[in-house]
Order: sequence, then structure tokens, then C-alpha cells
Amino acid sequence: MSTLLWGALPYIAFALLVAGLVWRYRYDKYGWTTRSSQVYESKLLDIASPAFHYGILFVLAGHVVGLFIPSSWTNALGVSEHTYHLFSLYGGTFAGALTVAGLALLLFRRRTRAPVFRATTANDKAMYLFLVAAIVPGMTAKLTHAGGDGYNYRETIAPWARSLFTLQPRTALMADVPVLYQVHAVIGMILIAMVPYTRLVHMFSAPVQYLFRPYVVYRTRDPRQLGPRPERRGWETTRR
Amino acid sequence: MRPMAQIAMVMNLDKCIGCHTCSVTCKQAWTNRRGMEYVWFNNVETRPGQGYPRRYEDQETWRGGWELNRRGALRLKAGGRLHKLAGIFSNPRLPEIKDYYEPWTYDYKNLTDAPLGDDYPVARPVSQLDGKPMKIEWSSNWDDNLAGAPAHGGLDPMVERLRRQAADKVKFEFEQTFMFYLPRICEHCLNPSCVASCPSGAMYKRAEDGIVLVDQDRCRGWRMCVTGCPYKKVYFNHATGKAEKCTLCYPRIEVGLPTVCSETCVGRLRYLGVVLYDADKVTAAAETEDEKALYEAQLGVFLDPHDPSVQVACDEAGIPYDWMEAARRSPVRALISEYRVALPLHPEYRTMPMVWYIPPLSPVVEALSETGHDGEDARNLFAAIDTLRIPLEYLAELFTAGDTAPVRSALEKLAAMRSHMRALNLGEEPDPATARAVGMRPEEIEAMYRLLAIAKYEDRYVIPTAAVGDARRLEESAVPDACSLDHAGGPGMGGNGPFGQNSGRKLLPLVSVENFHILRRRQTADTPDEAKED
Repeated sequence: MSTLLWGALPYIAFALLVAGLVWRYRYDKYGWTTRSSQVYESKLLDIASPAFHYGILFVLAGHVVGLFIPSSWTNALGVSEHTYHLFSLYGGTFAGALTVAGLALLLFRRRTRAPVFRATTANDKAMYLFLVAAIVPGMTAKLTHAGGDGYNYRETIAPWARSLFTLQPRTALMADVPVLYQVHAVIGMILIAMVPYTRLVHMFSAPVQYLFRPYVVYRTRDPRQLGPRPERRGWETTRR
Repeated sequence: MRPMAQIAMVMNLDKCIGCHTCSVTCKQAWTNRRGMEYVWFNNVETRPGQGYPRRYEDQETWRGGWELNRRGALRLKAGGRLHKLAGIFSNPRLPEIKDYYEPWTYDYKNLTDAPLGDDYPVARPVSQLDGKPMKIEWSSNWDDNLAGAPAHGGLDPMVERLRRQAADKVKFEFEQTFMFYLPRICEHCLNPSCVASCPSGAMYKRAEDGIVLVDQDRCRGWRMCVTGCPYKKVYFNHATGKAEKCTLCYPRIEVGLPTVCSETCVGRLRYLGVVLYDADKVTAAAETEDEKALYEAQLGVFLDPHDPSVQVACDEAGIPYDWMEAARRSPVRALISEYRVALPLHPEYRTMPMVWYIPPLSPVVEALSETGHDGEDARNLFAAIDTLRIPLEYLAELFTAGDTAPVRSALEKLAAMRSHMRALNLGEEPDPATARAVGMRPEEIEAMYRLLAIAKYEDRYVIPTAAVGDARRLEESAVPDACSLDHAGGPGMGGNGPFGQNSGRKLLPLVSVENFHILRRRQTADTPDEAKED
């Protein structure tokens, strides 16, 4: 079980992520979008969406720091374990609270605004389930282990996460981790695997290149392609 | 000089009767899909009126188009690149569907399924967004023909501006004498702010013909283009989550056919043709400080296809000969640059729009006739154009950022044309002073009359094909590859199931006559040799 969860699942999730992204890019570029519902309802979204997205980006940064910066590095900088813990606790809680508040408002909006609810697919609902299931145990784990210097995940979870990249997963490290952290990690990995198959895929189209391209884009016609192109997968036809 | 070619349109507003045929045929051709119910690539607005979406011209609210920054350089009115990316999670300036209208259908089933009773069953309106019964409160063209003008008329952003300037002297009386229709499509601008707003780089301007398109495979639904376009002619398809816009019917244009809206216009008021312009001058022209000078600045960007140096430059830039020929014969170029009767819509947005309008003289003539004067007498008309200050100023707000001089000049040319042609038709000697008063020669007036009033199909649409040498193949590619009825079990019964020669889902082949005979011979021949016989 330990090998399956901490030795195999990370690689399965990663493989599903990469394969899914390639598949989606090749066969469903047309379906690759944010699927925004802002035209239906804008007031709540104006508050909720930035709160959630900025929150989750901050949370992501926190995870990167927590998992991939060894304590020896922070010690070398003269940051004590207690200082680090307080920083991680307050920063993490702030970002987490922002995320949860944003997500709660987004879910409320999605349920109560009829056009938005009607545009919600089964795929979306499953995605929201896993998203909430990943965020809530994570927040709870952090807050229930807040006393003293907190749970020191930098000696168990973080080395395990780093060991994944050397292809020698140290699964034993995860055996004694508090169960909430374990649940959070497993659901998190499932969520990562789900990204390409849900609307979450839009995170991979962050338009950074917009900062560097000229404003007006010119493109020449493909000389082999005149008139309409053949219908491809993803197009909704007029027949229903 | 970097010459480029652009397919542009001119609409003669004098002839628009507001029948909406262009809108309907366009909708049937392009936007009759789910998610596009509220989308009108072509719409016809009654002016004065709020337009579609409501009050789209109020750029203080919607922040469309460009503005100048402190250094006098162009900047997107909705904010620069970093500002856009920071606000990407929720576009604060996006029109909601209620700014257009909530699309609906009717519960027709109730008409046949309702139980027997004392009351007639009715088909209640049902929202196409949430599937619930709804109250219809607004729609496209709700204010058609000035319907509700006393209540809504003042909401027209142009009327608001006029009133501010005229210190409330202007009351809404002119709606009784002054009304016209404004058909609108995408402007296919030379300096498109929608393209500049797209974070994904999915929108582009085609180098060959200047048509602005959305790459559906690259659009990620950030919705910045909807805000960026000051004309609000990029729409968000709420079913697919992607932006869609008027394509200038490029599959038709590529084979030399006019757009659907032009082809079906009963007033024959649309003109399509090539305009050559210098791409190097576009930014500088759009940065002209004085808004009222933007019309002249845009005229300065266009190149004269009769100029030998332009011809050489175009040749070097790879513009094909038949495009040059089309540019010389272009009715659009004639109306814009030669006769100068066509004007751009809202040049103050600094996008360099390429659908231009001939301002309507008819409201002036009408007003004049109603007062008992001869509405076609040149002197009466000239005087009336000046006296009917409101129409003139209103038109100037639309077409020249408030400068009345170009609008007056265009209207006077139309007035001179009416007067000159009436004299000819009545067998009188036209007064040469009439033509001279507007700076035209009688022959020019008569040529303009042929273009505007006779308006032959081949004069209105001078469209070079994408590749003349390959015309035959192009002709066939204009037909869609697949017939909508051609699927297994469909009414066309084209598909033949998963077995045999005609098996499975296949594209409808275009059978030419030769193929037909070959096929028939093969099917009826007794020996293979017989089938091969010619």
C-alpha cells in the first residue's frame, strides 16, 4: 500500500498529466479554454475569481517553497525553524483562507445563478469535488498542527517529494506522516492527474507571451487551405 | 513604404431601409448555433438609439479602443499588457449577456400538449440560458424605428455628448424629423485593438486581405478582445467558451463573391473592394493628437493604385496583379478617397476602421419637403444642411469625431448629385454652378451617380480572388466539404453504413460531369475494357 501510494501514484499522476496534455493539445485544442461564465454573471465573479486565483497561486508558491527548499538552505540563510514555521503558518493560512473564501463564493455562485449552474457539466462537478477535497484536508492539516513549531513536514514529506525526481522514492518517509497530510497528498496527486481532462487545463495556457509579442498579429493564409477547413473533432455541429 | 491590401466595405446609408435582411441572412449563415443566440455579426441599429449591445459607444464604461498616453503614444484604453494580465481572472469591463439581451425560445410544445380546458394554450417564452420561463424585457432592435425614444432616446451616448455640448438646448424633438439606420459589421480595422488585447495571440489580421479573424484553436476564452473592441463586434460564445466575430465571409471573398450581408442587401447599398495602404504609416496616423484630424490622417494612410511608384512598391511587396487591377477599379477607394463621400465610423477610437459610411441625405430632404420647400433644389438643400444643425452634428459625432466640415461636404456632394441628375432627367440644362459649388466636375457627378444610384452588381463588388490561376479548384472549395444532410441515416442518406465502397461517414464528393459518365460506364459495362473506352 505504501509503495502504491507513495512510490507508484506520483508517477502515474505525472504520466497521466503529461500524456493528457499531449493528447488534449493534439486532439482537443478547440475545447481548451477557460469556459468562462462571466457573460452570465459578473458581479460575484469579479470578487470571487481573483480571490480564488490569486489565493491558489500563492498556495502553489508556498508548496514549492515548502517541498523543494530543504531546511538546510533556510538554516544557511539564518532563518530559524520557528521563524520559518510562523512564516509558513501565517502566509499559508492567509493564502488558504483567500482561496477557500474565493472558492466558496464561486461554488455559491455556480449553484445559485441558474444560467451558470446549467452550464456546469458532470466533469466540472467531479473536478470541484476533488478540488475541495484537496484544499480542505490541506488547510485542516496545517491548522490542527499549528502549535509549537508545527508538524515539521520538511523532514518527511519534502524529502520524499524531492526523492521522486531522482526516481528513488523514499516511501518509508511517508509512513508516519499524520493522516490528514497523507489524504491531502493523495487527493492532490489525483487532482494533478485530472488537470488535462477537466477545465483545469486552462492553467497551462497562462498567456505569458503576451508581454513580449507585438500588439497587432499578422498571419498569412495557408496556401493549401482555401475556403473552410474540414470539420474537426471538438466543433459543435448545428445538429443537436 | 510597406504597402498592404485590405478588403474594405462602404455602406450608403441613404439607401438603407432598415429591413434587417443582412442581419438575418448573416445569422443563418454564421451564428444560428447554441451559444451564439445573442450574437449578431451584422446588426442594423436605428439612430439615434443605443445600439447593440446597449450603449456600446460609451467608452468611459467599456474602455474599448485606443487612447494616447502622456507621451502621445498609443495605449489600449482598457490598460496595458501587465494591467491586462493582472486582471485576467475576471474582466471588469466585460458586457454581460443582459447588456445584449437574454436569448429565449417559446414553449411551443404546450400548444399541442396542453390538456383540454376553457383557455387557449399559449407558448410561454423560455430563457435559452437557464431553461426557465422568463419575461422578455429587451432584445436586439428593441428600439427599432425609435420605439421608446422618449424613454430611451437620451441614453444614446452620442445624444448625451451633443446635449452636454449644447447645454441642454437640444430637446428630443429631432427624433420626429431625423432618423436613419446604421448597419454594422466588424470594421476589420487597420489598427485592431481586439487583436492587440488578445493575451493568447489567437486573433490576427490576415496579411493578404486584412480580414481580422479569431483562431479557434488558440483562443483560450480570456475575453479581453470583447472589451478591446470599441464597436463590440467580438462576441463570446457561451457554449464553447471562445470568441467569435464577423469573418467578412472570407470563404466567399476568397473566391471573389461578396459577403452574405452584401449579397442579400435589398437596398444594394454595400460596396466591397480593395484599398491599398501603407502599413508603416498606420501607427503614426492613429497617434494623431487631434481627434478631429483622425479622418484626414486615415485618408493619408491609403495609397493611390494609379501612382507608378506605388505600383512598383506593391509589386515588390508581392501584391498580385489582379489585386492591383481591383484596387484601381475599387468602388470603395473611389467613394473614400476620390469622391470623399464615405466616412469612417468613430475614428476617435483610433483603430482605423475599414467599413465606411456615406452619411444619409434623405432625412434632410424629407425635413425640407415637409416644410413645403422643393427638397431637391440644390440651393434649398445646401441651406437646409446647414440649418438642420442637429442632424449634422449628430452625424459628425458618429463619423468624424464631431467635426462637421467633412459631413457637410459629403452631404453637399450628395445634394449636388440629386439636383444635377434631376435636371438631366427632366431634360433641363444642369446648372454647372451646382457641381462647381462642391468642387466636382459634371462628369464626376455623373460617374458618382452611376456608382451610387445605378449601383450595378459588378460595380459594387470588385473582389479579386485569392488565386485567379487556380480558379476552378477554388470554385469547388467554396462549397462546404460536407453536406449537412449527408450522414448515415440522415435525410440525404449519403452515408452507406460501415461496409463496402461507400461505407461510413464520408465527405460528399463533388461529382463533375466527367466523373458521372465514367461512373455510369463502369457500372453498366460488361468488360473492363469497355468501361475504359472514351
